[in-house]
Amino acid sequence: MLEKALKGSPRYWGTLIGLGLLMLLGMGFWLYQLVHGLVITGMSRDVSWGFYIAQFTYLVGVAASAVMLVLPYYFHHYKQFAKMIILGEFLAIAAVSMCMGFIVVDLGQPQRMLNVMINATPHSMLFWDMCVLMGYLFLNILVGWTSLQAFKNDMAPPHWCKVLAIVSVIWAFSIHTVTAFLIAGLPGRHYFLTAVMAARFLASAFCAGPAILLLLTLLVRKLTGFDPGDKALKRLAVIITYAMCVNVFLYLCELFTAFYSNMPGHIAPIRFLFSGLDGHYELVPFMWTAVVLGLGCLVILIPTSIREKTPALVLGLIMLVISTWIDKGLALMIGGFTPNPFETVTSYLPTVPELMVSVMIFALGGIILTVLWKIAIEVRVEVEGGNLSMVPPPAESE
Amino acid sequence: MKSNRREFLKLAAVSAMGVGAARLGFLGDAPAFAGPLPTAADFEKGFKAKHWGMAVFSAKFTPELIEKCRTACHTEHNVPDIPGKKQIKWFWGASYHEAFPTEQGQFLSEDVEHREFPLLCNHCEQPMCVRVCPTQATFQRPDGIVMMDFHRCIGCRYCMAGCPFGARSFNFQDPRPFIHNFNPHYPTRMRGVVEKCDFCAERLAIGKLPVCVEAAGGALVFGDLGDENSDIRKVLREHFAIRRKPDAGTSPSVYYIL
Ligand code: SF4
Ligand code: SF4
Repeated sequence: MLEKALKGSPRYWGTLIGLGLLMLLGMGFWLYQLVHGLVITGMSRDVSWGFYIAQFTYLVGVAASAVMLVLPYYFHHYKQFAKMIILGEFLAIAAVSMCMGFIVVDLGQPQRMLNVMINATPHSMLFWDMCVLMGYLFLNILVGWTSLQAFKNDMAPPHWCKVLAIVSVIWAFSIHTVTAFLIAGLPGRHYFLTAVMAARFLASAFCAGPAILLLLTLLVRKLTGFDPGDKALKRLAVIITYAMCVNVFLYLCELFTAFYSNMPGHIAPIRFLFSGLDGHYELVPFMWTAVVLGLGCLVILIPTSIREKTPALVLGLIMLVISTWIDKGLALMIGGFTPNPFETVTSYLPTVPELMVSVMIFALGGIILTVLWKIAIEVRVEVEGGNLSMVPPPAESE
Repeated sequence: MKSNRREFLKLAAVSAMGVGAARLGFLGDAPAFAGPLPTAADFEKGFKAKHWGMAVFSAKFTPELIEKCRTACHTEHNVPDIPGKKQIKWFWGASYHEAFPTEQGQFLSEDVEHREFPLLCNHCEQPMCVRVCPTQATFQRPDGIVMMDFHRCIGCRYCMAGCPFGARSFNFQDPRPFIHNFNPHYPTRMRGVVEKCDFCAERLAIGKLPVCVEAAGGALVFGDLGDENSDIRKVLREHFAIRRKPDAGTSPSVYYIL
């Protein structure tokens, strides 16, 4: 099936070349980082994890999107998701690859990376995170590829493949839980030290991941005419809405715990994020944007009548993605490290080289995703008939 | 490369001139030059303890004394002098509010309020940094000292996130150009690894006290917390002492007498 990645429209190649150029550009900055060290980032003694690790935690969530399809499909035999499942699995592959990329660029000594395996340390959460991420990547490649192959040959996927798909559902929960545990057990970091961290990770993952998946699917439907079915899209939108409600609820739980208990350590990072602390207001505009977008997207997504109109849905999903990205891809790390162990504030904002290195990894993820989705969609079209570039976008049905 | 060669030449010069030389002016004032290279006999008289700890007579510390200890420690261990928020700190001074933020002290006695407290790694009994390190580059010795293997560290900085005391520093860049008084008796670090105070484990091994303890002239008491007859236990019996952030559950081995 790989050969399907080698033939494509100018638009396909244009996308790949564009992403490739971005990646090369970012790679230049990465080389610069390799030569000079992490000094090129905005991180410091006090804020020792920054944009890279934040993207990692966010993308672990995106990798979850598959679960929201695989779970109803395999556990509840919800067949409408049949066409989308493969997209979810392939998105997971791209997301996990980006996660690993972000970990690698964040290391001070990347060439010693294998030390984590050579000196396997079960009491370190990072060791387990590496295990579950690699396992999840492997599971998704195996399940995704095998079931696509089976579909192409018009056969039922082998039994072991179904078993592994079910394993991957449970596994997806583990990647979020372990990534949350990575930060949830640190005694000196009040913003991290909360029992609902894993639950918050799952909730935000189960809204943000599928939201990205749904947006990309709508885009692909527009561009290629590949239609995963209206019912599937609607159902996914409902799942996203519920997950976002839970996500907001869990955040409110955090606020209650911090402010009702009146524990200074727990209040300080939230103050820093929403109203500034010690003259540092860097994140305040971001946080309020997140609040407005987060609540705004619920206004759009909760009423069925609005949600089922595609333009409104797209707007709501974009708002949701931005809001959850600010919460997890920016504020979670910075809020965790501010105030620092001396209860003072050291400011952090990512530097341009840091952002460019991140662009490299996002572009890499984009390439993986484009190639994999191209293969998946072409196989679909080949089996079901129809000419990709010719099919007009289906008329919208309410 | 260039700085490597320079270091090599310095080392060669030291051995050529005989390491007994009291002070080699052109190399700066690294205190280690006062003594010869340790011999096998030195290692035989190394200090041993059940659990090393430190008591700090904080009232005796002036900013000048902290600076003296800091310089002694940083020179001994080739700690680079990097300005700004990416600096490396093994031993440093901080206000009461920074040192004991969870005490939330209000209406403090003038004296305590304006006192500067010396800070360093607490060599905790339950060190979070050891628990989180994925490579065991940070490890705890049976005598309680929390050590770092700079050659195994991958620079993930998880230990920095784990330590509730801000006791660790990361080499964001090559530290060697920032070392002004090179001490050939102690290794320099490379870029991309974490470092921190090691209770002068290399000095204890040859029967010497930590350099900061020597420099403090009695304001720091170092000894075996596991031995009730030790000096430090005696000091702690006689004075009221607190530890930093006891609620973090790491059980620090550094005690502050107010
Ligand atoms: S003070 Fe920090 S670095 Fe030192 S042993 Fe305790 S947790 Fe580890
Ligand atoms: S930075 Fe080094 S010492 Fe710290 S946790 Fe990572 S590997 Fe261990």
